[in-house]
Amino acid sequence: MPPAVGPRGRLWSWLDERVGLVELEKLAHKKQVPIHRHRIWYYFGGMTLFLFGIQVATGILLLLYYRPSAEEAYESVQFLMAEVQFGWLIRSIHAWSANLMILALFIHLFSVLLLRAYRRPRELTWMSGVALFGVALGFGFTGYLLPWNELSYFATKVGTEITGAVPGLGHFMLRLLRGGDEVTGATLTRFYGIHVAILPAVVMAILGLHLYMVQKHGMSVPPSVERQGGPRRTMPFVPDFLLRDMVGWLSALAVLAALAALLPAELGKKADPFAPAPIGIKPEWYFMFMFQTLKYLPSRILGIEGEIVGILGFGIAGLFLLLLPFLDRTAERGGRSTVFTWIGVGIIVYVIVLTYLGYTASPTK
Amino acid sequence: MEATMEPGSTRRSFVNWLLGTSAGAFVASLLYPMARYLVPPPTGESTAVSVTLPVKADDLKPNTGQIFKFGSKPAILVRTAAGELRAFTAVCTHLNCTVQYRPDLSQIWCACHNGHFDLNGHNVAGPPPRPLDAYVVNVRGTQIVVSKGA
Repeated sequence: MPPAVGPRGRLWSWLDERVGLVELEKLAHKKQVPIHRHRIWYYFGGMTLFLFGIQVATGILLLLYYRPSAEEAYESVQFLMAEVQFGWLIRSIHAWSANLMILALFIHLFSVLLLRAYRRPRELTWMSGVALFGVALGFGFTGYLLPWNELSYFATKVGTEITGAVPGLGHFMLRLLRGGDEVTGATLTRFYGIHVAILPAVVMAILGLHLYMVQKHGMSVPPSVERQGGPRRTMPFVPDFLLRDMVGWLSALAVLAALAALLPAELGKKADPFAPAPIGIKPEWYFMFMFQTLKYLPSRILGIEGEIVGILGFGIAGLFLLLLPFLDRTAERGGRSTVFTWIGVGIIVYVIVLTYLGYTASPTK
Repeated sequence: MEATMEPGSTRRSFVNWLLGTSAGAFVASLLYPMARYLVPPPTGESTAVSVTLPVKADDLKPNTGQIFKFGSKPAILVRTAAGELRAFTAVCTHLNCTVQYRPDLSQIWCACHNGHFDLNGHNVAGPPPRPLDAYVVNVRGTQIVVSKGA
């Protein structure tokens, strides 16, 4: 018996019978996005995801020319920038998109924090998001080393040495990260494996969970809007919100193209393990506030080495962020947890001020 | 207690225990080699006790410094303004960056986190927690030989 031809054509019916297009369509139309004065912040999660997609696409292209060894890495990137058609463009977009993705991620994280979207039942959505933030920083840290230039070499030396300062497990973790006692070609190979295989696999798992829970629970309405009461207005995700999302994505693409063309990624000098650290050495901007903090800490605080105090401080801050939904009991009951707003604002101001100082304070004084 | 237990329950719990520990041992036997694989093999500690530098003693002007290889690690040779030669490890005691000589301050300086050391290797400013290890410098004719202290 030939299959019945539905109103949407033979191909649709054929696919629907096998894939279940009707169910998928229902699912797509189920999602509603609340409309209120804070709705602008809903766009930054999708923006982060879009920029991540660009990272995957350009990253795969870069893989075709990159060679992960201390002898060849720098030269292969040089070749890519100078000889390969549009090689400079692909690498510059990868570098800029990484920066914009972390920026979008910062905005997404802090807007979710300030709007209390981590309230029950979204605790695990928040925690998986914080984990993804950590993974994104891991991507940035490992990717920074891959061109094997002077700046990235010393940034990696400092960054991995910091893990070595963790009491107890430190030295073990340092050797695990570096693939030996020093930052060498072994470190480069290891970071390459982490950057292109391990972290992508980890992201797939956590991001899948994150998006599933976002879909399951829908968008969170901030308590301040909930308290106002009144009728709830929403718009369908497909197509209304998605089309607005796409306007943002197209704009981001335009900004990326402009940045990549006007300010292409630099390569600098090849790493030399027997040269002094260059003046003005600095990490990527999103590590700058930590870097600058380490500069200001004295060598000893209450008898403990300053760097250990700093590292413990950042560790505790990260743990605080991760466990925030369980610490903020007031927001869960629908109350105003002003303390947590001030802590959130405090963290934002701290990061901005220290980052500003990192770029303006004289590196030699 | 024993009397109320069903006849099969001790056998059941024994089988469960056996199954559980077997599964645990199986997982452990998979994870152990992987974990060991990830830990890099130990590299032999550098056994260099002295090196002869590729520079001539006269080539190093007063109030300058130069990085050289001491075994597998960088070290720094400084000729003070008074003309004396001194050598230290060039690995900053803060976070492992390679230090350099700053003629404008007559100090050894680390660019990473702005650490300062005087010409005896003592940490005098910034975050470094310990002094730089000093080496012994001997000039034999025109050659400079740097060695670890006795």
